[in-house]
Amino acid sequence: MKVLLMGNPNVGKSVVFSRLTGIHVIASNYPGTTVEFTKGVMHLPEELGLSGETAEVIDVPGVYSLEPTSRAEEVAVEMLKEGDVVINVVNATNLERSLNLTLQLLKKKIPLIIALNLWDETGHTGIKIDVKKLEQILGVSCIPTCALTGEGFKELVSKIKEVKPGEYDYEEKERWHEVGNIIAQVEQVIHRHHKFRERVADASISFRTGIPIALLVLFAAFAVIRFIGEGLIGYVFEPFFENLWAPLMLKVSNLLGSDGVIHDILIGKLAEGKIDFGESFGLLTTGLFVEFGAVLPYVFAFYLILSFLEDSGYLPRLAVVVDNIFHRVGLHGMAIIPIMLGFGCNVPGILSIRILETKRERFIAATLMSIAVPCMAKTAMIIALIGKHGVLGLTMVFGTLLVVWVCLGILLNRVMKGESMEIFFEIPPYRLPCFRLLVKKIWMRFIWFLKEATPWLLFGVFIANILYTLGIIDFLGRYTAPVIAGILGLPKETAGALLIGLLRKDVAVGMLILLDLTFHQMVVACVVLSMYFPCVASFSILLKELGIVAMLKSAAIMIIFTLLVGGILNLVISNLLTNY
Amino acid sequence: MDKRVSLVQMETGKRGKIVEIQGGAGMSLRLENLGIRVGEEVEKLSQQAMRGPVVVTIGKSQVAIGFGMATRVLVEMPEEVVDESSSNG
Repeated sequence: MKVLLMGNPNVGKSVVFSRLTGIHVIASNYPGTTVEFTKGVMHLPEELGLSGETAEVIDVPGVYSLEPTSRAEEVAVEMLKEGDVVINVVNATNLERSLNLTLQLLKKKIPLIIALNLWDETGHTGIKIDVKKLEQILGVSCIPTCALTGEGFKELVSKIKEVKPGEYDYEEKERWHEVGNIIAQVEQVIHRHHKFRERVADASISFRTGIPIALLVLFAAFAVIRFIGEGLIGYVFEPFFENLWAPLMLKVSNLLGSDGVIHDILIGKLAEGKIDFGESFGLLTTGLFVEFGAVLPYVFAFYLILSFLEDSGYLPRLAVVVDNIFHRVGLHGMAIIPIMLGFGCNVPGILSIRILETKRERFIAATLMSIAVPCMAKTAMIIALIGKHGVLGLTMVFGTLLVVWVCLGILLNRVMKGESMEIFFEIPPYRLPCFRLLVKKIWMRFIWFLKEATPWLLFGVFIANILYTLGIIDFLGRYTAPVIAGILGLPKETAGALLIGLLRKDVAVGMLILLDLTFHQMVVACVVLSMYFPCVASFSILLKELGIVAMLKSAAIMIIFTLLVGGILNLVISNLLTNY
Repeated sequence: MDKRVSLVQMETGKRGKIVEIQGGAGMSLRLENLGIRVGEEVEKLSQQAMRGPVVVTIGKSQVAIGFGMATRVLVEMPEEVVDESSSNG
């Protein structure tokens, strides 16, 4: 049996889905499209009088109507043909909006059951719904549910086998009128005063307070990420590496005879008989330390905060507030979502530019992201490298990237034909995130990152060792010196870091530690490393999402801008900050 | 006499009735799906500076509408503003 979950966006459909299915969930693309949907399995337990078999549950993309106005809606209509039963998830606090879809589903004569979700919220929003009456009118079962607590789910599941198509019929032209009639019969709204939560909600999109609140939220988010990241590093990971891992690695080093190729690749160079996790540069020392001691704590903190912001309902409001700024760079407000994801890791960031409608927007967003949105792995390493010299260096690196983002965006918007689309969406009310779902989401993202990043990171350290040993970095350094030393003012050995940066940016920043750079060189090197080319994982996704031609264009822009910005930065800093 | 203005020209905090949507069938349908239909009453919640989007309350939901789209939704506002004590919610 195939069960389809259908409903408007933001009605808690995904929470209903996770209630019904449990953990084994597969996300996939609908054939031939970039529209994503999730699939899972639900049990039909015998104690509820069911067969004990399982049913496939599909979380169909959220839609407002069966008359498609977007690709996602077209897909939803297609999927409807394959379903045996539809669970129509309805927002009980906004029945009027939801019923438009419900009536269209009834007209399809497909077996239907209605979940009046967010039922618990109807109480304090002053809404009363006569469920019996609604069932009478529509001729299908309507079950009040609360996905967060699980209220109503037993009843919903127990009825799944006996679901029948509704009998309600109406004139298609009169649909909105019909919706109005039904609402008048079943719903009662008790007048009440504006609540505190709504005032806050209004303040975060208002003309005067919207931008200050956005800045405050983003600043607080960054502060919390840094606090958690540094806390984990300082109190958990560094003590672990220094007190437990280092002695163990010294033993391994002795076993390997403190010398030789294998020793150098695994353990690296010892500094006065000790392991230095920054400089030894072995797979098991620096490699693991960069991953677990520097990058992962920040990545974890980042996904914690991002997932919270997502589930609380703040992001759509942020999209409203930044919309006009984003229009200047050829995007629209909703592009804030891929950008925010990109700050975690560019790969999911680039994948999510699919939510943008036009090719032009996708190109601009992807190019801006891979040049000027530093991922958390890189950010964590830059903080580790430059942060100890104070805030000035960090401000210079990230400030430069911000300026590049804006200028390049404005330029692309001017040069490329076409206009940016307009935003148009419903703003969901603020909700306290569901703890269980939040944990699941953070965990999935974290594990994804671990799986995705670890092999490349270790491979990067490995290759760096080989290249050093074989003298390739020296060789490259000699030939690229005119550019690297001449334009960027960096020592020629930086070529090695730039080369490894193609594999992993965090390892590349780690290699800068070995080079004994001045403060001014560090700033230039970090900016250049951030901009010049995406790491191999982002590169392959970029290629897949943009196609080869657009990818080449994007790469050309990257290289030109890196040399330009790196060169200017070098000149400016060396003239302004000669005392450093 | 009532005055007709677009959602962009409408003052923040005011209510009005939608009287016309100047757009093709596709745009009308998109708007309609979120409840922006002729005959509905809207309240303007906010508008961002520099041709930013408009946010309105319609029914029980809030909808963000891009600047260009908002200029094409026309509302009629009562000339004399005596609301705040209105009977409907």
